[in-house]
Amino acid sequence: MSLSLQRRAQESRLMAYCSPLLALLLTLVTGALLFWVQGREPLQGLYTFFVLPVSDLYGLSELGVKAAPILLCATGLALCYRANVWNIGAEGQLLMGALIGSALALQWLGSESGWALPLVLVTGSLAGMAWAAIPAVLKNHFNTNEILTTIMLNYIALNLLLFAVHGPLKDPGGFNFPESALFSDSTLLPVLMEGYRLHLGALLALLAVVVAWVILSRTFVGFQIRVLGLDSSAAHYAGFREKKLVMMVLLFSGAMAGLAGVSEVTGPIGQLVPTVSPGYGYSAIIVAFLGRLHPVGIFLASLLMALVYMGSEMGQIEMGLPLALGGLFQGVLLFFLLACDFLILYRVRWVRAGRDAAASEA
Amino acid sequence: MDIDLITNILFAMVRTGTPLLLVALGELVCEKSGVLNLGQEGMMLMGAMAGFGVAFTTGNLWFGVAAGIFVGMLMSLLFGFLALNLNANQVASGLALTIFGAGLSAFMGSGFVGKPLSGMEAWVIPVLSDLPLIGKALFAQDPLVYLSFILFGAVFLVIYHSRPGLILKAVGESPESAVAVGLSVMRVRYLAVLFGGAMAGLAGAYLSLAYTPLWSDNMTAGRGWIALALVVFASWRVGRVLLGAYLFGAASIMHLVMQGLGVSVSSNLLATLPYLATILVLVLLSSNQARIKLFAPMSLGKPFHKTQ
Repeated sequence: MSLSLQRRAQESRLMAYCSPLLALLLTLVTGALLFWVQGREPLQGLYTFFVLPVSDLYGLSELGVKAAPILLCATGLALCYRANVWNIGAEGQLLMGALIGSALALQWLGSESGWALPLVLVTGSLAGMAWAAIPAVLKNHFNTNEILTTIMLNYIALNLLLFAVHGPLKDPGGFNFPESALFSDSTLLPVLMEGYRLHLGALLALLAVVVAWVILSRTFVGFQIRVLGLDSSAAHYAGFREKKLVMMVLLFSGAMAGLAGVSEVTGPIGQLVPTVSPGYGYSAIIVAFLGRLHPVGIFLASLLMALVYMGSEMGQIEMGLPLALGGLFQGVLLFFLLACDFLILYRVRWVRAGRDAAASEA
Repeated sequence: MDIDLITNILFAMVRTGTPLLLVALGELVCEKSGVLNLGQEGMMLMGAMAGFGVAFTTGNLWFGVAAGIFVGMLMSLLFGFLALNLNANQVASGLALTIFGAGLSAFMGSGFVGKPLSGMEAWVIPVLSDLPLIGKALFAQDPLVYLSFILFGAVFLVIYHSRPGLILKAVGESPESAVAVGLSVMRVRYLAVLFGGAMAGLAGAYLSLAYTPLWSDNMTAGRGWIALALVVFASWRVGRVLLGAYLFGAASIMHLVMQGLGVSVSSNLLATLPYLATILVLVLLSSNQARIKLFAPMSLGKPFHKTQ
């Protein structure tokens, strides 16, 4: 008996849906092994990581708090990836949204105007959009690789944020901590339930997913985006304006990430801090793939990713595990996903040694 | 500027350019074989973590260097399995390698954060190091910098003046023809990927053992990505990789130059310079599409199916 691989005549739809689940299962098994190697009870470890954080209403509301920015970023990224535009810059776009949104919010510390919050949110989204416009223009007019430019812009955004909290936006009465002043209530997102941190941003994120789904599946632009991603020469011959599409998906993605950033500072954080994002923009890349670039899939995957963030905090508190375990889980998950996607194109068969030659001839 | 300042700037430029040179040489060889590995950053992080961890535990810096190289190669095997055996998308596989490397290095290195280590000391070569201007930059460095000179020469000779170099380029240009003349595309690509991993691991170990002897999460700060841009900058030519690495080294140490000139700018703003320089370089070099097409290996990034 030996394993034999056969290329499928066509891609397996079933496997396209099963592969993320299989990858998750393999990640959980790897996680259990990891806990065991560390001398912990594997099942207790998995329980602490994946069940305990959401075992009460507060935990569930926190899941929403963490999932919202990831969902926003991933929704934008999915649209980009559909068009075969490799935007890795959600993190930087998120940080710019937070930074510029905060700069505006800090102008209204004493204000009670009802316009303050909407303007801050719009400004944050526009900042993310502007940050995403840079790689779009460079790709369209100078043929630069968007993977590299968006990553460089992530590092630049982070340093600009650090500059701002150490310099111009630092709270004068903040005992020299690198943080801005606390925002006034007029620039804070209202919470959905008293006593919990879940805020309006979570609803905005859900709305964004619906919008993205409508654009992608119900509009001509969405159709063009999908064709561009599947076969750029077909899009070219069909007369689609490729550069315009590239610009559109990047701007949309930037706006989503910018909104995520500004929702974080006006939502659960309430001020600008250096650690606005624990890497939401990077996690969103995994979420986009895991969710099969489909809005419903992305919604589910962002909940999972939020759970991983909460689980790693819980693991640190309850079991003294390093916080970085969450990042490790994310990486492992993406690896297994790419490996399992192999099954979409190939089928694995057990072949008896004697019939091996006959099978390969057939 | 006085001559001492220029001497010191050149010295710092070579030191800062060395990790970039190492990773970029590895990636160049990898790309010459037709494989685009975006996982350099992740492999560097693992090399830095393993290098520091082993050196700290054993008290021997050279064990650390070996560990960095070894771990870089192990990481590249993961990429090779995905991209070469399973024919997964090379861009996605490389990204996965970087995300995985960042997570795993932060996890495994969490016990080493803030631990002290006396780093690698310079081997000052007598007489030569007293040369004006360049003496200090070329002959008063730590041993890994000298190793980077040697590796640069070796890669140059292999790619331009050897049979293995020809085979490497043949596989990168046209894997179909390479198969037709009896070469194993798989084996050549695996070896190139492994070499890339070894160099990234070494570059990481250089950072955590010689450049700033410590370990902290994400300490490579995007150098793996800058190295990828360097290969484009060099238009896949070995000599230009060296030039580019030192130019980027110079962009990263602008604070030294600024101090010398008596200008005070926020360190966070100065820290954006290498990334800005990378974007600028990409703009200047990529805008000519014909040029990229002329120099990039023909099969770069394309999966190869033997059965086709």
